[in-house]
Amino acid sequence: MNIHEYQAKDIFRKYGIPIPPGEVATTPEEAEAIARKFGTTVVIKAQVHAGGRGKAGGVKLARTPADAKSIAAQILKLTIKGLPVKKVLVTPAADIASEAYVGIIVDRASKRPVFMASPAGGIDIEEVAAKTPDKILRRPVDPRYGLQLYEAMQLAFFLYSDMKQVRAAAKILQQLYKAFIENGGSLAEINPLVTTPTGDVVALDAKMVIDDNELDRRADIAALRDESAEDPSEVEARKANLTFIKLDGNVGCIVNGAGLAMATMDLVKYYGGEPANFLDIGGSSNPEKVVAALRIITGDRNVKAILFNIFGGITRTDDVANGIVTAIKQNPLKVPLVIRLTGTNEEIAVKILKENGLSAMTDMDEAVKKAVALATGKAA
Amino acid sequence: MSIFIDKSTRLIVQGITGRDGSFHTKQMIEYGTQVVGGVTPGKGGQKFEDKVPIFNTVAEAVKTTKANATVIYVPPMFAADAMMEAADAGVRFIVCITEGVPVLDMTRVRPFVIEKGARLLGPNCPGLISPGQSKVGIIPGRICIPGPVGLVSRSGTLTYEVVYQMTRAKIGQTTCVGIGGDPINGTNFIDCLDAFEKDPNTEAVVMIGEIGGTDEQEAARFVREKMKKPVVGFIAGQTAPSGRRMGHAGAIISGSAGTAAEKMQAFEENGVGVAKRPIDVIDLLKRAMR
Repeated sequence: MNIHEYQAKDIFRKYGIPIPPGEVATTPEEAEAIARKFGTTVVIKAQVHAGGRGKAGGVKLARTPADAKSIAAQILKLTIKGLPVKKVLVTPAADIASEAYVGIIVDRASKRPVFMASPAGGIDIEEVAAKTPDKILRRPVDPRYGLQLYEAMQLAFFLYSDMKQVRAAAKILQQLYKAFIENGGSLAEINPLVTTPTGDVVALDAKMVIDDNELDRRADIAALRDESAEDPSEVEARKANLTFIKLDGNVGCIVNGAGLAMATMDLVKYYGGEPANFLDIGGSSNPEKVVAALRIITGDRNVKAILFNIFGGITRTDDVANGIVTAIKQNPLKVPLVIRLTGTNEEIAVKILKENGLSAMTDMDEAVKKAVALATGKAA
Repeated sequence: MSIFIDKSTRLIVQGITGRDGSFHTKQMIEYGTQVVGGVTPGKGGQKFEDKVPIFNTVAEAVKTTKANATVIYVPPMFAADAMMEAADAGVRFIVCITEGVPVLDMTRVRPFVIEKGARLLGPNCPGLISPGQSKVGIIPGRICIPGPVGLVSRSGTLTYEVVYQMTRAKIGQTTCVGIGGDPINGTNFIDCLDAFEKDPNTEAVVMIGEIGGTDEQEAARFVREKMKKPVVGFIAGQTAPSGRRMGHAGAIISGSAGTAAEKMQAFEENGVGVAKRPIDVIDLLKRAMR
């Protein structure tokens, strides 16, 4: 789960990481009032779950409260990578002497949390990694012991030579590690971590991604979810316990299991079509899930044909058949439907479909070919 | 023969009285798996289906039943503890079916299990089956037949699909292993390929991967350097967009790394037969085993 910069900053502040004050505005007037309160030049930053905010015009300086109002108005009209900006963070502009990067992720290769530090902060760290890998220090952490002081110092010495700054940065790193672990992070990042002309070390930005699997035991973190910042169809899918990812094609796919769902999309492409989505109805599916899945898919006006591909293991195919029938009764389909199902209770499923004027196929390749032909207007 | 489990496997079920645990325990017993005990804290002394003894702890269950394998169906927030409990009790083979285990938990569980000398399969996996001998987990028994091909996969239903097509083509299996879709797990492709290479009854291996990570690329190099048996592979997610998690926690293309194209190329370069569609696995196998 993504959280906003201001939310990540709130978490980091609780761990004693030095962060300048800031307040959130949802209207230009609020931004103006906050800027007046700070009484200095402010930075107005779009709060949106997308990278590259600066390049998209979502981060700007405002010298006066009136500027803050007009700039906030501009930013609140932006859409960045398909997501509308609904909130801005207003924070006093800082004087910057140097910019560094520090971040932590769970690394698949070492199977541990790994810290990364770079004196080349303020820009895209992946770009630094690709072009000047010697400017990044990576340090795996044994999660059973946590980030020791000597490890934090080693990272800090890579960033600074002034001992006061090294010690300050080491403390920030240890606190960042704690924030990461105790809040179920899959990523925690400060970019940039700056030094001020007076020598202080301060976090000017904050980013945190939470492992979705942690949310069940962290109600306070789960409550940070901002649904208005997410794609509406993906919000609906999550509420129905479905995994849904919208794509640009015209063959809507409803599948059980993530691997089979991907393989189905791939087959659609193989036979000359384009998948409209990834949708996994999961293991123990009930008819309501199927109803929700069809509602989401039919909400996409690009979809010209719908393909079910169900391999019944734990999933009972008769449940899926019942769901299809119920959904169509509630909301007759305007596009053709191709159903492939095999496995648990297949005979019952086929009977249910037949009684309702539908039919099912058993071969995956044949079903995909037919759906592609229907979507592209070439009869199969 | 087979890998990891066979007729002699003595299995306990952690979470045997839960909804999923009880359903699949019945299925495993029906298939012929020796289920010698179950664990549900607070239900020690009771019996499952009037037959299988239930214990409060894994340690007690192992002491009484001499179990050498366990399968875990407990909710995600308790799964890490269940895996560690099993390893600490001396169980050598631990299969965790549970989906949704926090990744940070796995960064602690994995080294713990390895230090105890146990093998962990999963989490978030369908388990494994040695057709005609034993099944541990949730793979439907009726789609498998005994035979000479080993199968290892990161997926559940896609595995069923490929096994089903193999069985329809009368190509049987020594063992089908689902290693699971999480970014940090216990057993990887190489562990399974190595076991299949050493298994005298396995003549060829099918490897089903997906986007995300570098496991398949490393496995492909292992095939070239360490294996004599033919291996064919399929990668799911050729049409997956970058930066999005495709259902499985580990199925994500980061930037431009972990794509299907990159993995298929690694297969090609290292002599692993590349199936463009799941059905192509059949022809590739037939040719490889001729």
